[in-house]
Amino acid sequence: MTFLRQALAIAGKDLRSEIRSKETVNASLSFALVILMLFSFAFDPSSDQVREIAGGLLWLVYAFAGTLILNRSFARELVNDCLDALISSPASGAQIFFGKCLANYLLLMVVECVSFPVFIIFYNARWPARWALLFLVMLLGTWGITVIGTLFSAMTVNLRLRELMLPTLVYPMLIPALMGAISLSTLLIAGEPLSADDTIWFKLLAGFDVIFTMLSLALVEIVLVG
Amino acid sequence: MSAVAIEGVWKFYGDFPALQNISFNVDGGRCLALLGRNGAGKTTLLRMLAGLSKAAKGSITVLGGDARAEKTRQRIGVLGHGIGIYEELSALENLRLFASLYGIQNPRQAAMEWLERTGLDRVSDGLVREFSRGMRQRLAVARAFLHNPALLLLDEPFTALDDRAIAVLQGLLKSALAEGRTIIMSTHQLREALELATDVALINRGKLAFRGDRSAEMLEDPGWLYRHYGEA
Amino acid sequence: MRLKIILALSVLSGLILAWNLHTMFLAVPDELNQGAIFRIIYFHVPAAITSFAGFFFAMFASVGYLIKKDLRFDSVAASVTEVSFAFTTITLITGSIWGRIIWGIWWTWDYRLTSFFICWLLYVGYLMLRRAIDDPTTRARLCAVLSIFACVDVVIVWKSIEWFRTQHPGPVLSIRNGGGMAPGMEAPIWWNFLALIMLATALILIRMRQEAMQREIDSMRRYAHAF
Repeated sequence: MTFLRQALAIAGKDLRSEIRSKETVNASLSFALVILMLFSFAFDPSSDQVREIAGGLLWLVYAFAGTLILNRSFARELVNDCLDALISSPASGAQIFFGKCLANYLLLMVVECVSFPVFIIFYNARWPARWALLFLVMLLGTWGITVIGTLFSAMTVNLRLRELMLPTLVYPMLIPALMGAISLSTLLIAGEPLSADDTIWFKLLAGFDVIFTMLSLALVEIVLVG
Repeated sequence: MSAVAIEGVWKFYGDFPALQNISFNVDGGRCLALLGRNGAGKTTLLRMLAGLSKAAKGSITVLGGDARAEKTRQRIGVLGHGIGIYEELSALENLRLFASLYGIQNPRQAAMEWLERTGLDRVSDGLVREFSRGMRQRLAVARAFLHNPALLLLDEPFTALDDRAIAVLQGLLKSALAEGRTIIMSTHQLREALELATDVALINRGKLAFRGDRSAEMLEDPGWLYRHYGEA
Repeated sequence: MRLKIILALSVLSGLILAWNLHTMFLAVPDELNQGAIFRIIYFHVPAAITSFAGFFFAMFASVGYLIKKDLRFDSVAASVTEVSFAFTTITLITGSIWGRIIWGIWWTWDYRLTSFFICWLLYVGYLMLRRAIDDPTTRARLCAVLSIFACVDVVIVWKSIEWFRTQHPGPVLSIRNGGGMAPGMEAPIWWNFLALIMLATALILIRMRQEAMQREIDSMRRYAHAF
């Protein structure tokens, strides 16, 4: 219980900071909208093409916009050496990490939920019938992005080239999760039925989330404390 | 009973020894002034005591336990180079956050109490980013003392403080000592530190050059220590 | 002593490679469907196995460092990763050439090549992280964690790309077209594998020597600047 209490205290702090300044969410949302627009130049959004690449488009937007939020996650603690204050407090590395994951997850979900209707409008897609299932895919996929991104944010926080290193490290790691999310999203947005084969993607997403959450919770203390 | 026991501690940056075979104790209720030039290793040592980094060799026992143990961290107050408070939160929110992280039963009450003690109660709802520098420093001091720690670790606390903040800090340190708490303070401001100090340690190029009680001589002539033990 | 080992390994591997080249080009006949180019698999497959094994080897060295805090483990991890990176590059290039000759395209998203490309990217990340950190202890610690993450990810990547490509079938680079290979044809793969492993080991040992010397230089430099 203490674990959750400490994590929630830190999550609350991150969210409160963000709601006051709104800087990260605004940047992330603007970025998402710009990418959606840029893609519309690259792929002429006629109906057929969109069907095939919808999932891919969506998750590329989410991954790119998400990186902005994730980069800030530990970087915001460098101001006034707040990271040291947190680490020397009774909160463990895992508690700090999990709290930040919760906050990042919420912010990412907000950006995604706002971007999705915009995507539907820009690309003349239809609102998917099985939107609840699509929402589940978003929940699972976003957690994967959040966990990896937050851990690597902790890892790169003190590096000179932080903004460059985070995407370089994170994107290859995310490929399995993105593949699962993209496959499922494409099918669901196109309104096609999910076969038994496709449930493997749910398993992949869930497995990815569980494995990397546990690995991160185990190793984050080593990353934060030298 | 030693509050802090440092035994054969080494710290490396690569193969370069930043701290070499440091060993000394600090008894409970004492105030140690940790002296040394820039780059001598004071901050490195304090960070290890605060649980922010680990020694490569040797052992550090803080308040009877490992520096990184949760029980230990709960009883340590740290004031480093950075003030460790959040710009986007109010003074009250900052202290409530740390109060809750330190497991204080009634965070709001403790926070308000310390805002009063550092003269910040009237700006409790003000955002830190609008505070003056002196106000920020007083809030940082409040954060460090908030949970009534048994051990206080201060890294150059008097540097860049304004007069009011210095007065507040000195008052708090004196009453902390009177309450039997232990203080380890690295400093360049010899006079303010030596006034409070009961013990002195000098680190020179990563090695312990001197460890002893603070004498009257040192107080009269703060440079005495450096002249006698500074070049190793 | 170590120099002698390195020399011995290099010479032996050179000899085996030379003998294999002779076998490959003169003794083994052209394969039925693929023609002369299939000989490239004699390099492609061993390089692939070596580079893939590198991930796991590096991960074990990284775990070793985190437990023992001895920088020599970090040297091993870094050297293995660098050499594996080189072999991954060879795998990708030979795979690409193979694809070009057989299907006329320079790249195919067949699941093995794709997985290897991701491995390549993960290696690049590791190497970039090494460059980005100056302090050797911090570098060892963070790279060790990255190495563990990358290895776990590689396992997941392989499985998931296999599933993905069964849904979107495309050309597949394979040495077994409908069954096994004739026994005479398979032997050079294993011999080449041995040669490449020895070559890899020699390179890793050379790299580790470099790391040790670099550490010594670093610490002397710090001494010089400090005093």
